[in-house]
Amino acid sequence: MKIPLSYSYRNLWQRRLTSVLTMGGIGLVVFVFAAVLMLANGLRETLVATGREDNVVVVRKSAQSEMMSAVSRESASVIASFPEVETMASGTALSSSEVSVIINLLKIGSNDMGNVTVRGVAPEGLMIRPQVRIVEGRSFQTGTSEIIVGASIHGRFQGCSIGQTLRFGGRDWTITGVFDGQKSGYDSEVWGDSDQLMQAFNRPVFSSMALRLRSVGDFDAFKARMASEPRLQQLETKREKLFFAEQSETMAAFIRILGLVITIIFSFGAVIGAMITMYASVANRTAEIGTLRALGFKRRSILSAFLFEALFLSGIGGGVGLLLSSGLQFITISTINFGSFSEVAFGFTLSPSIALNSMLFSLFMGVVGGFIPAVRASRMNIITALRST
Amino acid sequence: MEPIIAIRDLSKSYYRESLEIPVLQNISMDIARGEFLALMGPSGSGKTTLLNLIAGIDRPDAGSILVNGTDVPTLNESELAEWRAQNVGFVFQFYNLLPVLTAFENVELPLLLTPLTKKQRREHVEAALGVVGLGDRMNHTPKQLSGGQEQRVAIARAIVTDPTIIVADEPTGDLDKRSAEEILALLERLNSAFEKTIVMVTHDPRAADRAHVQRHLEKGELL
Repeated sequence: MKIPLSYSYRNLWQRRLTSVLTMGGIGLVVFVFAAVLMLANGLRETLVATGREDNVVVVRKSAQSEMMSAVSRESASVIASFPEVETMASGTALSSSEVSVIINLLKIGSNDMGNVTVRGVAPEGLMIRPQVRIVEGRSFQTGTSEIIVGASIHGRFQGCSIGQTLRFGGRDWTITGVFDGQKSGYDSEVWGDSDQLMQAFNRPVFSSMALRLRSVGDFDAFKARMASEPRLQQLETKREKLFFAEQSETMAAFIRILGLVITIIFSFGAVIGAMITMYASVANRTAEIGTLRALGFKRRSILSAFLFEALFLSGIGGGVGLLLSSGLQFITISTINFGSFSEVAFGFTLSPSIALNSMLFSLFMGVVGGFIPAVRASRMNIITALRST
Repeated sequence: MEPIIAIRDLSKSYYRESLEIPVLQNISMDIARGEFLALMGPSGSGKTTLLNLIAGIDRPDAGSILVNGTDVPTLNESELAEWRAQNVGFVFQFYNLLPVLTAFENVELPLLLTPLTKKQRREHVEAALGVVGLGDRMNHTPKQLSGGQEQRVAIARAIVTDPTIIVADEPTGDLDKRSAEEILALLERLNSAFEKTIVMVTHDPRAADRAHVQRHLEKGELL
């Protein structure tokens, strides 16, 4: 049997102020650590939520975003006739040939310009994406200069309320509704009729094509059919989820790497803080250590008692930091997504693996900070330690 | 009667820088089972060092110390820790209770090194605190106790494992006269009623008078 755990945590309580300050230091580092991971995760989740398993996207080969892609009208009609594509009761294919352009809008509050994606969709565009719902007003009418705006655009950019007009592509576009894409990337877009937008922007070709497959398992057959069709050699298809996940990768990796570098630097401070605290704790309790050793407790019991103390310290600090960072989930931020060059609004999203990694990271800081002082405590000479009474 | 402690040709020196300072020189002595022995002598005479050697918290340069048949200096670090836990009860001048633990938990500490169950430990602790007359102070922390009471808790901690020997280093050195008297009476009772072998280091002649045997050390030699 070891030295009771109560000995470790009561000693922390005994030195409340120092303990709380050290926990605060560790907590802050864990807070930043978790926040960064949550941000990268939030971005990923937002873009991935934009996709559906049974939806596919067709773009030009090696296009990393819809901006870089082109799909001709001819190709689009060939693809829409493939048997793997789901059809509606009327027999029309559930596909949407789309055009994607970027416009500048002024942000509310700061007057800064932001890039916003305008997506021209076919009438089926909304059906292919059931997560997109009109929450205010009505949808745009095909063949008119009407547009609808995503929920994140509605709140963040000037002139984006129902009844107002936006001027781009040489025309005035009237906003008739606001749609909610359930925290997907669509929330940061403006949607209108694809033919109208192509005319306004003088686009002879579509940017991409979104379509629903009859079943999730039809993807390979669909892909093979595209590959065997000579007219479609310049195009490729991806599952919608994967397509958007790839768009998030550069940005998510950037956030993660930058953030992790900063946290690692911070963590040195926290580890040194923990080390100083634990050293002081060992120094203050030299006589107690001598007594425990004299009573017959072995070196490793002393070592683990002090390590436990450091683990308590960092565990509680980390827990508090994590708790605080989970509060960030109520905050939404927006930034330019490198993958699509347009603004995307996303939140901090906590996942079990982020929580686990944050706690492991804080315990790791505790072990690193507490180990050397604990070793020192366990190696003390009994006589010398007892004499320090 | 077979001595419980048999010391032969014991020597110990300390080194300050490269200077050798002999502390104990060729000490040989026997301590009988059930004896209450007082080690006396001026400061620096080596009495505490001798006590530490008997208790197995220090190692001699030469000589042997047989305690109940075990040659203590031959044990390695880990064996020595186990041996102390089973055979030695410590009473220190400054009590050395752990301030964050209650009286009960302080007394329970040495029992955590035994295979006793929680219930058995509780019985032992309550019995030990009963012997020192602090059965009603079990949940007090050292800060809430007087010096004399703290030393009684320390004595309870020393006897709770029923050790072979009890070593006491100036047990009354930090106490007022009345508390010192109580502690000495308690040690005497442990010796007479429970037949505990006690080795006590003291400066105080009044304390030494309570022991059966007094041995004097001077400049590292037994007189």
